[in-house]
Amino acid sequence: MCGIIGVIDRNRQLMDGGKIRESLAMMDERGSGEGAGYVAYGIYPDYKDYYALHVFFDNIRENKGALDTLLEKWGTIVHDEQIKTYEQPNIRKVHTPWRYFFRPDRSLMPKSTTPDEDIVTHLVMKVNAEKNGALIFSSGKNLGVFKAAGWPEDVANFYRIEDYKGYLWLAHNRYPTNTSGWWGGAHPFNLLNWSVVHNGEITSYGTNRRYIESFGYKCTMYTDTEVVAYLVDLLVRKHGLSEKLAVRALAPPFWEEIDLMPPKEQELNRAIRLTYGPALMNGPFAICVANEHSLVGFTDRIKLRPLVSGESGDRLYISSEEAAIRRIDPDVENISMPKAGEPVIGRVYS
Amino acid sequence: MTTVHIDAHRLHYTPLNQKIRAAIVNGATEIIIDNVLGQRFIGDGVRGDGVTITVNGVPGGDLGMFMSGPTIIVNGNADHAPGNTMDKGKVIIYGSAGDAVAHSMRGGRVYVRDNIGYRGGIHMKQYMEKRPILVVGGAARAFLGEYMAGGLLIVLGLTGITPISERGVGSGIHGGEILVRGPVDELHLGVGAKQTLATEEQKAMIKPIIEDFAKQFGIDPVPLLASDYTRISPASARPFANKYTWE
Repeated sequence: MCGIIGVIDRNRQLMDGGKIRESLAMMDERGSGEGAGYVAYGIYPDYKDYYALHVFFDNIRENKGALDTLLEKWGTIVHDEQIKTYEQPNIRKVHTPWRYFFRPDRSLMPKSTTPDEDIVTHLVMKVNAEKNGALIFSSGKNLGVFKAAGWPEDVANFYRIEDYKGYLWLAHNRYPTNTSGWWGGAHPFNLLNWSVVHNGEITSYGTNRRYIESFGYKCTMYTDTEVVAYLVDLLVRKHGLSEKLAVRALAPPFWEEIDLMPPKEQELNRAIRLTYGPALMNGPFAICVANEHSLVGFTDRIKLRPLVSGESGDRLYISSEEAAIRRIDPDVENISMPKAGEPVIGRVYS
Repeated sequence: MTTVHIDAHRLHYTPLNQKIRAAIVNGATEIIIDNVLGQRFIGDGVRGDGVTITVNGVPGGDLGMFMSGPTIIVNGNADHAPGNTMDKGKVIIYGSAGDAVAHSMRGGRVYVRDNIGYRGGIHMKQYMEKRPILVVGGAARAFLGEYMAGGLLIVLGLTGITPISERGVGSGIHGGEILVRGPVDELHLGVGAKQTLATEEQKAMIKPIIEDFAKQFGIDPVPLLASDYTRISPASARPFANKYTWE
């Protein structure tokens, strides 16, 4: 059991993290105080063309130099600083969060046609797999993940989440069940502009992991959710699927349902299931995925975890509980429950 | 009649439930809770016939769990599993409810004016005079009456949505019955469930329940009573006898 909340303002109006914190904190019973986190899009407008790398260092003195050297080998660090944190009685600061604004430098790799995103992905995977006291847990542009092991309100206060203003937020309250809670295991999980929060467990993790690692991604967080971030990166960014078709691949209709579809639909759904069989996720889950343009919520095919959506003007909310949405916006309308396996999608207007 | 008002604004469920229990002990027969938002477990395990608890707002999950006697009226939507393992009394929801409504219920009634989520009435049971009833005014999602062992579910389809449009109705049902106003597509029946057209006798059995539901929400019962009903019941008392056991 975990608690999730996501909101997108389709007109890109900024919301500070204060109400997200309150909303998540009222779902405290969905967690166990072992992990909580937030991601906000639109928070670094001054560095919007740079990859904002958020890093947990075990020890600045021992671990930071190697990362600086690695990043400078591949590109330019235009700015870096410690992420401001504020001591909380219930959070043991076992890592020091740091942020870099980084861009791969073309002049360092003449004639390379590798996209910047692949270079950044490579660096994230390399650093996280080596486990040399540095963990890159956020690597998108103009966005940042803030997470730690603790209760939602304590993690929010640790980062003073209300000081950040974003047009799209995801937040998560963790109740780890199969592996222990730690800073890197808190949600959201992020790669490039993808962020994922998840309630449930992915029992097909082994299959999904083998599949995604065959494309060069590396699973290093000791928990299942990170495969979702890598799967959407593969399916949407690399393979060019729409968000809707990507969800169809991850939580496809049953074969007997496909048999009843009109011929063209059958053909499409068969092709997706056959092509992306190892990406199919089993087990109970309710998931929110975000990128810079959209917020997508969906559940497993037999709806073993809760998910509610609501709208208010330009805003779309998705959460585990209606009350959590109403904590942010008491006048929210169109409260509804997405059908099992079918996505609810909110997209910015431009 | 003694009335007690409780303001639940930013009040955690533990002190809220303590206030409810204290009010009942002190002889309150009507408890009105305002500004409810997300508090789970409201009224759990409380006893007291003749006590009415009015919840104004959107409560959290497991409302009225293990409750035995009181009536809870919710002016808003309920979250997951209202009436979970409830023993006696009534839960009346002026709105919709989430997944697993009336989960493992063992007695009493749950009325939901609008729609319910997945797995309504899952594992509902009955014993001797204890026969729980869930009535849904609107529609139910997939796996209605999953593993149902007893009791009665009625779905009326009054919200303009087909009452049953998803799979797995009565999956593993081995006791109790589900009555749905209008036809149900055979495709939506789960393993171990069968459907028949409700007989006049069976309709007569649900008549007083539908009249009570209609009165509660100010609905005209006449068209509801004139409709045909589909009755979904166990195909056998041991639907998975060959799956999990051998003789």
